[in-house]
Amino acid sequence: MSDLIRHTAAELADALASGATTSVEITQAHLDQISAVDTDVHAYLHVNPELSLAAASASDERRAAGKTLGSLDGVPVAIKDVLVTSDMPSTSGSKILEGWMSPYDATPVRKLREAGLIPLGKTNMDEFAMGSSTEHSAYGPTRNPWDLTRIPGGSGGGSAAAVAAFEAPFALGSDTGGSIRQPAHVTGTVGVKPTYGGVSRYGAIALASSLDQIGPCSRTVLDAGLLHDVIKGHDRHDSTSLTDSWPSFADAARNANLKGVRVGVIKQLEGEGFQAGVMNRFRESLDLLAANGAEIVEVDLPAIEHAVAAYYLILPAEASSNLAKFDSVRFGMRVTPTGGGTVEQVMSATRDAGFGAEVKRRIILGTYALSAGYYDAYYGSAQKVRTLVQQDFAKAFAGVDVLASPTAPTTAWKLGEQLDDPLAMWRGDVATIPANLAGIPGISIPVGLADEDGLPVGIQFLAPAREDARLYNIASALESLLTSKWGGSLLSQAPALKGGAS
Amino acid sequence: MSDISEERVRHLAGLARIDLSDSEVSALTAELVQIVDVVAQVTSAVDAETPATSHPIPLTNVYREDVVTDDVLTQEQALSGAPETDGTRFVVSAILGEEQ
Amino acid sequence: MSKAKLMDFDKALEIYEPVLGFEVHVELNTKTKMFSSAPNEFGGEPNTHTTPVCLGLPGSLPVVNEQAIRYSISLGLALGCSIAPSSRFARKNYFYPDLAKNYQISQYDEPIAFEGSLEIELADGKLVTIPIERAHMEEDAGKLTHVGGATGRIQGAEYSLVDYNRAGVPLVEIVTKPIFGAEADAPELAKAYVAAIRDIVIALGISDARMERGNLRCDANVSLRPRGQEKLGTRTETKNVNSLRSVERAVRYEIQRQAQILSEGGTIIQETRHWHEDTGTTSAGRPKSDADDYRYFPEPDLLPVEPSVELIEELRAALPEQPVERRRRLKAEWGFTDLEFQDVVNSGLLNELVATVSAGASPQAARKWWTGEIARLANAADVDPSALVTPEQVAEVQALVDEGTLTDRLARQVLEAVIAGEGSPRDIVEAQGLAVVSDDGALIAAIDEALSAQPDVLEKIREGKVQAAGAVIGAVMKAMAGTADAARVRELVLERATAQ
Repeated sequence: MSDLIRHTAAELADALASGATTSVEITQAHLDQISAVDTDVHAYLHVNPELSLAAASASDERRAAGKTLGSLDGVPVAIKDVLVTSDMPSTSGSKILEGWMSPYDATPVRKLREAGLIPLGKTNMDEFAMGSSTEHSAYGPTRNPWDLTRIPGGSGGGSAAAVAAFEAPFALGSDTGGSIRQPAHVTGTVGVKPTYGGVSRYGAIALASSLDQIGPCSRTVLDAGLLHDVIKGHDRHDSTSLTDSWPSFADAARNANLKGVRVGVIKQLEGEGFQAGVMNRFRESLDLLAANGAEIVEVDLPAIEHAVAAYYLILPAEASSNLAKFDSVRFGMRVTPTGGGTVEQVMSATRDAGFGAEVKRRIILGTYALSAGYYDAYYGSAQKVRTLVQQDFAKAFAGVDVLASPTAPTTAWKLGEQLDDPLAMWRGDVATIPANLAGIPGISIPVGLADEDGLPVGIQFLAPAREDARLYNIASALESLLTSKWGGSLLSQAPALKGGAS
Repeated sequence: MSDISEERVRHLAGLARIDLSDSEVSALTAELVQIVDVVAQVTSAVDAETPATSHPIPLTNVYREDVVTDDVLTQEQALSGAPETDGTRFVVSAILGEEQ
Repeated sequence: MSKAKLMDFDKALEIYEPVLGFEVHVELNTKTKMFSSAPNEFGGEPNTHTTPVCLGLPGSLPVVNEQAIRYSISLGLALGCSIAPSSRFARKNYFYPDLAKNYQISQYDEPIAFEGSLEIELADGKLVTIPIERAHMEEDAGKLTHVGGATGRIQGAEYSLVDYNRAGVPLVEIVTKPIFGAEADAPELAKAYVAAIRDIVIALGISDARMERGNLRCDANVSLRPRGQEKLGTRTETKNVNSLRSVERAVRYEIQRQAQILSEGGTIIQETRHWHEDTGTTSAGRPKSDADDYRYFPEPDLLPVEPSVELIEELRAALPEQPVERRRRLKAEWGFTDLEFQDVVNSGLLNELVATVSAGASPQAARKWWTGEIARLANAADVDPSALVTPEQVAEVQALVDEGTLTDRLARQVLEAVIAGEGSPRDIVEAQGLAVVSDDGALIAAIDEALSAQPDVLEKIREGKVQAAGAVIGAVMKAMAGTADAARVRELVLERATAQ
């Protein structure tokens, strides 16, 4: 079977089932692609070909013995370095965890293994998932496969780029304020943030506990559904995980349906501040939906105006506490000042050396927000804004089935362009942040390229909490329409990567 | 206007156990003055009656049974990531502060 | 460090009024820890009772132990508290090597139990009601060992070792409101309060309550104000108070120390002080580095605790008797005089007696042992009597006496050997061959030998001077290495002497 890397995970699963290929062949093909292009893309932080091929081999043996673990047994997957793995280092993109080997697997990783998926490696990310461009990785940035001088999005730029560059069929990412969806938008791929609690956070190195979720990154909506089905569900290790039984998201993707679907366009997330080319592709998609049976209305979510401010108080506050554990005592880096020092001095020296600037910025801000005398005004008020955002969503969903917006205001910017202005980069999360504050699920799928720069644009759909299936329904429907219109996937329009098979 | 100053930033860095250099302190102070100005708007967006949301999806009474599970690590696993151990325990340099 | 000057206690009480407050931490004896499924067991090789949660490994998450919730509610109810229909956990953020996450999961403004009271009884029978502010749940920290300093304490240590076995063990912290009116009874009240809590948790079966093992810890707050002044004085908090005796002594000491300073025109520094059992003094602790800014916020990884009314009533119905009622009942059952019973209560030994009687001894025998020999030995060793020996062991010793295997004297010897850790009473009796010789044959042989060695004594006995038998009895006892029953020996000596 030729060009294994160009196939979707669903197609690879079928090919394995039919005997057209083996897991070892598929895995090797992806490892070859990684060797060919990753020096340029830098999507991966750790790859262990021996481990992956051994797992692939074991998969093929299971298949030969008639003992496959599921339909995805033998399909490779990349894993964002925020998830701990017992057989590969886990750094969360930080020097403070350089080389750290976890003694346990994150639950989503354990579920991947139990389903027979083949881990290809750990992908790059902004340090501790703080960022929107992967430029804050302590190990160097990842580059957008569409244009290697541009950012791949963040914090999960590595997973999105790996998928966009055919270095993996799909990948796991994490989303706290858009870290799965925004990279999907700028790389022309698919990304889903599940309902909060829909996927276990156990083993996901915590950024903001009340906002983080693990989700799938892929090239198609069906692939995202397939991967989401593997990792979803209650976990006794995560108190915040929901006990609901979930429908099959792959099935939801297969049962695309637009008839009578009411789509609410968020008034606050269009127009000013949004790049013209982004708005054009967005509006065209809405027209396409309408032409095929959907009803488009406008909805008003006034609380969104304060969502970014609230987010950038809640996240730093929770993160400042979550990152306190990195103190040189039990794991990770230890820096001892010359001449020795007390443990307090060693802790402080380690954290100054081990954390990057963005991390320090947010820790100090978060410490401030929680400080005695400031709590009510800052963290306390931000949690109230959160209530207002939830209330606005509840009102809106009373009249529509899903909400829609462009996933982000602009297409991928140039590496280095926004590093001097933290606030500017933070404002770029305006469309994705509200879903995390409210705990509702969201998806981004590619809807075309912006006229100005020929770079990918994504549309974001949001659904009420627990209604993730609706996202797969509508996104899959739109994806079919667009793929028909384009005569192929958007990614097939991406420039060829030097050294990559085209 | 917030009260972000170099002195406050140093104090916060102390609470957060980060040994910031002088240049880091002044850079951070400048950035945080601007940032806090923006995020502080949340105060005017809400009133005393608005309830706060700590958990996006309301759940209560989430417990586990009082039984030992297979999550228990061996001593070797527990110590495996440590920068320094004496074979059974983690080693840290002399402690300055009192236990809380 | 020079010893602080102390004002005479009675004089201090004339001039100043002591105000007390207590924070007692109770370690629950659940099978697993508060937020992780690691074993909650005493001892064990370091760092073998941990999960990723106990170590604060990246990605780890807490999950609440249901049994700990039940135990905490029961304790709150036993303290007369209201149980919060909804309470939450909060993070208390500070850096310390024994705190795996550098925050402790505790409860802040929403404790599970609040507004209670506990009636305690003092030596003279006086009843005092202690106002309870709250009882909340939290997790314990790991254990630090300091190496290289002179005393094994933190000052002067070169480095420290951390064991996280204890990290995450469930604790309930009980906080009183300020206690006024204790006056000269303050030290005794302190001890009685802690003893009462100990009684309750033992009766509830939720804690082993062994203070020497840290199952029950008391921080004592003491402040003085000049008589007639309304404004409260500055208080100090004394930690490391590891026994009931220490609680009483530490409160007394602080009153005297503070009175002396105030009378000299000095001021009391609000600080944490450390109790030293060996010197009977308190010393200033290191300054707290974080100036009390713990930046509390609701724990996002855990959900609110909302016990149903049914659960609360179920637990309330299962509560054991209130301590004061229980005492009335026991005194009646045992048939003790007021004085005898008070003696037991004042020594804090009521539970020990109950357990010893339960293990088979008579109440009077139990009382005799605990308030007599064991209390004496405990005093000499500067520990609580319950730290020396278990009620089961005491009952076993008494059983051996009742069976005739041991005399009282031998029994005391066996008890000392048990305390020294030589084994169970029966083991010791066997190992040391201490059983009273009941076989007359061996005795007779020894007696005949002694008589023939002291013919003059034999003559005197025959003449009717039975007191002379003493010399022979002594010789026989010596020859039998104490395994003979003196009364029986005397009988046989007289028999043998006159038989010939």
